[in-house]
Amino acid sequence: MELHDVWFVLIAVLWTGYFFLEGFDFGVGILTKLLARNRAEKRVLINTIGPVWDGNEVWLLTAGGATFAAFPEWYATLFSGFYLPLLIILVCLIIRGVAFEYRAKRPEENWQRNWEQAIFWTSLIPAILWGVAFGNIVRGVKIDRNMEYVGTFWDLLNPYAILGGLVTLTLFTFHGTVFVALKTVGDIRVRARTLALRLGLVTAVLAVAFLLWTQVDSGDGWSLAAMLIAAVSLVGAIGAIKAGREGWSFALSGVTIAAAVAMLFLALFPNVMPSSLDPAWSLTVTNASSSPYTLKIMTWCAAIATPLVLLYQGWTYWVFRKRIGTQHIADAH
Amino acid sequence: MDLALAPETLARWQFGITTVYHFLFVPLTISLAALTAGLQTAWVRTGKEKYLRATKFWGKLFLINIAMGVVTGIVQEFQFGMNWSDYSRFVGDIFGAPLAFEALIAFFFESTFIGLWIFGWDKLPKKIHLACIWMVSIGTILSAYFILAANSWMQHPVGYRINEDRGQGARAELTDFWAVLTQNTALTQFFHTMTAAFLVGGAFMVGISAFHLMRKRHVPVMRTSLRLGLITLIIAGLGTAISGDMLGKVMFKQQPMKMAAAEALWDGEAPAPFSIFAIGDVDKGHNEVAVEIPGILSYLANGDFHSYVPGINDVNKAEQEKYGPGDYRPNIPVAYWGFRWMIGFGMASLALGVLGLWLTRKKFLIAPGLRTGEDEVPNLVLFKNKALSPKLGRWYWIVALWTMLFPLIANSWGWIFTEMGRQPWVVYGVMKTSSAVSPGVSQGEVLTSMIVFTTLYAILAVIEVKLLVKYVKAGPPELTENDLNPPTRIGGDTRDPDRPMAFSY
Repeated sequence: MELHDVWFVLIAVLWTGYFFLEGFDFGVGILTKLLARNRAEKRVLINTIGPVWDGNEVWLLTAGGATFAAFPEWYATLFSGFYLPLLIILVCLIIRGVAFEYRAKRPEENWQRNWEQAIFWTSLIPAILWGVAFGNIVRGVKIDRNMEYVGTFWDLLNPYAILGGLVTLTLFTFHGTVFVALKTVGDIRVRARTLALRLGLVTAVLAVAFLLWTQVDSGDGWSLAAMLIAAVSLVGAIGAIKAGREGWSFALSGVTIAAAVAMLFLALFPNVMPSSLDPAWSLTVTNASSSPYTLKIMTWCAAIATPLVLLYQGWTYWVFRKRIGTQHIADAH
Repeated sequence: MDLALAPETLARWQFGITTVYHFLFVPLTISLAALTAGLQTAWVRTGKEKYLRATKFWGKLFLINIAMGVVTGIVQEFQFGMNWSDYSRFVGDIFGAPLAFEALIAFFFESTFIGLWIFGWDKLPKKIHLACIWMVSIGTILSAYFILAANSWMQHPVGYRINEDRGQGARAELTDFWAVLTQNTALTQFFHTMTAAFLVGGAFMVGISAFHLMRKRHVPVMRTSLRLGLITLIIAGLGTAISGDMLGKVMFKQQPMKMAAAEALWDGEAPAPFSIFAIGDVDKGHNEVAVEIPGILSYLANGDFHSYVPGINDVNKAEQEKYGPGDYRPNIPVAYWGFRWMIGFGMASLALGVLGLWLTRKKFLIAPGLRTGEDEVPNLVLFKNKALSPKLGRWYWIVALWTMLFPLIANSWGWIFTEMGRQPWVVYGVMKTSSAVSPGVSQGEVLTSMIVFTTLYAILAVIEVKLLVKYVKAGPPELTENDLNPPTRIGGDTRDPDRPMAFSY
């Protein structure tokens, strides 16, 4: 295994971390309309991720930075090629971050309602768009001999990618609902469990369709194994929430996300961005990667920093392990 | 294609707008994190309530500010790929590494510990909670260091080679990462940017304290804050001047064009004068009007009043010989005036700090009748027996309030100067800005994103400033029972499971 293969795996790990963590963040944002019955419940939802959403989002920045450092050509083609979708995602993440921080900073109801609307939409839209983006990456897009994307914005909205978007949307929402069941007390927890069951079934149908499509199109033995793990753990997550085992359900929905990301990356390998025009023009782990020296330095940095990050981020979740309900939210601002 | 709307021009405008905007929040974040941490340390060590109230007050303003810094920073991480894909391909092997380090080491640190700090008042024992804000502060400083190392490489590329035989176009490749992290450009830029950041925080604290002291409100907290702000302002101001001189000397060697442009020095001279005011003719390559102090520029460049400093026309000619035909001059008026605004606004805030510290001194050379206690608004004492008249005193507070914007203006112009002064290069001597843009991105796409970001940023600026003003006017919060009795175990008290959280969104 050469260093650029290691970095292919590490990039997959970073995206897994991002989708696992911000996945339930997005889900919680979407639930502010789907699950909360009143403003107090909305606040309970928002506060389940209050201390952690910012740290979760850094997984994306790290995935971006690491792609820049380890696969500059991939970074350049991807973000210049998927220009408008990325612009929409960035705008959403900007508004979303401000919405969390500023919502409670003024007492006026209008002010708070507007930011709540913002939290919903800016969670929903990226949750779809990341799936669309990854669908396109795996399926391959129009890349010319100079590694430039030559398709249009509309080329990105093909059935396969849109199905991918629906999968990330439902999977993140399911993941978020299980998270809420795990992190709250009272009525909202009970309703979260019921909702999770229903969402789980929709997710399962969509996810199986998408992953099967992926497997038929570009899979191999390894991706098949990952697909089976994703499917089994999703069924397990649904079963666990039915049995009232919230912790298990959350762990299994996390495994589903990890296995699904693993499957997409396995279907990609050794490409990082296949060209639909000519396979010879595809970006691969070899022609898109940095020099061995840069990769070596990056590997050292990742080997030391990543375990530390997991350690202190994990500690944060432990500090805020207490379940919250409407009684814990003070009226004052 | 109309030059004003060429993708390169648009991409540069977008980078300028988003980056200068981002950097309005960065220096205040860096300095307020450390100052808030300092105040909280004082609270933990002395137990004096005014320090806790000050921590909560400045901490709140810090949080309103850092939120904007964080979200506008997201754009920075992706903008290179979006608008500057050929740049990213050519230098990613080098430039990507410090960015990835920044994310992995600094961003995770900042974002995780800030969550712990915001929500941790009733979850963490006093000292662990204090450690969290220090972690945030360390995170902001590390972040600045890595990104400045990356920028310094664009100013003065080191530790690399050009690899021509990859079979897919040449690129710059890293050969010595340590050199990139520790070259003198990076270290002096870091020193200069850090001190300039604390200039912003110091002036901010002074300005807002002045606002309240003028109205005789929240006196104990604001008196302490004023003093902390003034001392920060003076130390940072002196540091900025010293580091600026160091950075200038480095730049005279590494980018003589930038410094010649900063002085509108068209033709080399020995000794070279420092320009106070000039109106030049860029086409003809000379100044029409010039007011100068002889010898000073030679001293700034080389530490010697008689030394030779090359001019714009000389460097342009030398670069044409070295890199081929072309115009290697940056926008001279922007460089010249940017340099002056940077120094002028920066040093004006330092002067205000020195004046303020003198006027509000506690005992030194003050008649006993003019001395004030900890809970009184300080008299503004000019001479031993003479305080400023109420009218003049009021003017000092008003000037102090508005001066808090000066370091921000200085910071912005400093960046505009150093980035525009490097043009036409994006990486000095290695890659021109014109060959760095994304070839596949259309004019319409860049224009769209520029309009979207500019509009969004403008709206957010209004919201942010209004919120800051609201919390500035509200003053430091009253303390509650819970504030004074922090938990003794991690995770918070378990006696009353239904107790509301100390902080919630």
